[in-house]
Amino acid sequence: MKILGTTALAGALLAASFAFAPAPAMAGKADDTLNAAFALEPEALDTYKIAGREGLILARHIYDGLLYKDLDTGEIKPALAKAWRFVDPMTMEFDLREGVTFHNGAKFTADDVVYTLTTVLDPAYGTRFRIAVDWIDKVEKVSDFQVRIKMAKPFAGAVEMLADALPIYPAAYFKEVGSAGMAAKPVGTGPFKLTEMTPGIRYAFERFDGHYAGSPKGKPAIGKIVVRTIPELNTQFAELMAGKLDWTWRIPPDQAARLASRVQIVNGPIMRISYVGMTVTGKGKDYPTKNLKVRQAINHAVNREAIVKAFAGGASQVLNTACNPKQFGCAQDVTKYAYDPAKAKALLTEAGFANGVDIEMVFAAMPRPVAEAIANDLGKVGIRTTLNEQQYAAGVQKWRAGELPAFFTNWGSYGTGDVAFIISNFFGGGADDLVQDKEVMELVNAADTSQDRALREANYAKALKKIADQAYWLPMYDFNINYGLSQQLTFKPHPDEFARWWLSSWK
Amino acid sequence: MLPFLARRLIVAALVALAVSAVAFGLMFVSGDPAVVLAGQAGRAQDVELIRQVYGLDRPIPLQFLSWIGNAFAGNFGTSLYFNLPVAPIIAERLSVTLVLGSAAFLLALVVAVPLGILASLKPGGTIDRIALMLAVLGQAIPSFWLGLILIVIFGMWYGLVPISGTESWQGYILPVVVLSYYAMPALMRLTRAGMIDVLTADYIRTARAKGASQPRVLLVHALRNAVLPLVSLAAVQFGLMLSGSIVIESVFAINGLGRLAWESLLRSDLPVVQAIILILSLIYVTLTTAADLINAWLDPRLRSA
Repeated sequence: MKILGTTALAGALLAASFAFAPAPAMAGKADDTLNAAFALEPEALDTYKIAGREGLILARHIYDGLLYKDLDTGEIKPALAKAWRFVDPMTMEFDLREGVTFHNGAKFTADDVVYTLTTVLDPAYGTRFRIAVDWIDKVEKVSDFQVRIKMAKPFAGAVEMLADALPIYPAAYFKEVGSAGMAAKPVGTGPFKLTEMTPGIRYAFERFDGHYAGSPKGKPAIGKIVVRTIPELNTQFAELMAGKLDWTWRIPPDQAARLASRVQIVNGPIMRISYVGMTVTGKGKDYPTKNLKVRQAINHAVNREAIVKAFAGGASQVLNTACNPKQFGCAQDVTKYAYDPAKAKALLTEAGFANGVDIEMVFAAMPRPVAEAIANDLGKVGIRTTLNEQQYAAGVQKWRAGELPAFFTNWGSYGTGDVAFIISNFFGGGADDLVQDKEVMELVNAADTSQDRALREANYAKALKKIADQAYWLPMYDFNINYGLSQQLTFKPHPDEFARWWLSSWK
Repeated sequence: MLPFLARRLIVAALVALAVSAVAFGLMFVSGDPAVVLAGQAGRAQDVELIRQVYGLDRPIPLQFLSWIGNAFAGNFGTSLYFNLPVAPIIAERLSVTLVLGSAAFLLALVVAVPLGILASLKPGGTIDRIALMLAVLGQAIPSFWLGLILIVIFGMWYGLVPISGTESWQGYILPVVVLSYYAMPALMRLTRAGMIDVLTADYIRTARAKGASQPRVLLVHALRNAVLPLVSLAAVQFGLMLSGSIVIESVFAINGLGRLAWESLLRSDLPVVQAIILILSLIYVTLTTAADLINAWLDPRLRSA
């Protein structure tokens, strides 16, 4: 807390000093180098072992996938595969692009696709998220420039996954050096090649002039990128204003407002949403959240509009469903719970808690003030909430063990615009599903395994409607990100939290 | 002196081993490392797979024994986060920390000891009051805040030094100043108190009566006895500086050992955390042992203790 206090103090002083700061010098434009900073250290640049966004962003500059999703149009475009088709409902066939070269000079062929995907498919390889690859049964070479992927199960998210999330490594090099070698010296076909790396600290990239013509990523306008880790946000701001940084992100709303007069601030919504999950099954414990009326009371008691306005700012908005409206299948025609403390009290009385009720809410990876605001609103209607802040890992472990009546946290859907990547996890009957509503489970599973978009949409809509009717969640709001940019940089944010520096240019 | 040294070295090694074992256990008590590694988007099945792939499903004592065995053979394993060997990562960060910590420690000593001596000459006098005020400020101002103020003034307004990073030697200037200012007050106060105490002793009066000059009385006769507690404190302070101030490393984006330890702890990067704990505990026991040896050399009466 002491650190927080001094941060605020120093931040205020820093903000006050903005007026005296000299005008920012030309940052990286002069030497055509985009200087970027993250607060968190990127992971090893073997995409299949990365969980954090920072490493994934860097990896997408180095590697390409078979397909590419243009987030501006929602269209899936050909990338390393120039065409693809479903041969049957469980088999995808890809015609590969010829004349593509890896950063080490190796030529791209079907062998690279087969070896890469077959290797990361093996559980012993330790691919971080099984959801990314467990739908693949096997990958077969048809010819030097044609491959087939046989699916292990019907999976609606297959195409999304192939769009840049499953990059192709150079087979011979990958075979020789393995995952650790790829992490130490990554080689891909992407628009940038890594020229220098101090792991976690500094990464230098250079535009790859051999990047294949016709790539949906296009030819980058900027020649070089240097990414550094600067953990302290105030230090990042000082660098940004002194003209030594061109790009940074995740700037808190209040700081963004202060910085806006000195640097470019760009705000954009993202796929990540916050929510309060409620335990319905309880695994032997008699939580008040088992009672529908209590859950409805919780939904009516929290003034989400005010919370979003006060804490989230930017493009964030209140949610009514257990997903992000930007995702495919995120139906909005559901029961909405307006802020109504009187109704919440009445519902609580009907539930048999006229004198109020005690509840524990663990929160993780969410700001304490927001958790306190929720607890305060709940307290006003008689839901006395004990707040308990935990690291995400500790919180989710307790949640899975059924030891928490309520868990306030967030979920990013892997940055993917399809509800399969959120409600299947929380309502599909898995370890994170502490509702175990059979009807919802069936609807979700049917939608997840179908390629019929209309059927999927209808099933998800029915599931989301029931989730809202039963008030299984208190959906809170979707997030937005403030990017701090040098005045010379053109950068477009995307809701999947992947910075696409290959699309950036100097003004 | 030799048996004394041998005894101390054995104790030091045992302490380092015990600290490593406790730290290993605590990593598991504080939360399941597999869940942390799976990340926020990790599902239950991802956690299970990680547990198997990284061998986290083996009994904890067995994991510790295999780690310590490898460590003794010079193999610190592979970082789970960076997927790279631990030793070069730590070597990289340790070199930064050694430069920063040593420079800050020397600066603190060079300023604090003379200032303490000067302040002790006339307790309550002008120099004494200035010195004490500086000490109070040093203790009261959070190093975090001081760091940011210096960044604003010297990095932003005047552009004299880099704001962050240690890519050039100038990058060390501000963090060294801030880190040393943090260590100075205690060193200064202890020097001052020790000197005030010693300067009233009979043997100093005798030395003066024999006609010894003021510098000789202060530096040869008084200081040798006054610094005994200072040596012990300095060892601890130096250890603190080498274990790295996470706060200062964060503010100046210095990638030293302290921040690596902190970040690795948060992301449950067991091999890295364990290696750092072993190294730091060895540094601490070495420093305190060195302090004891210096004190034993300064005051022969301590050798029988």
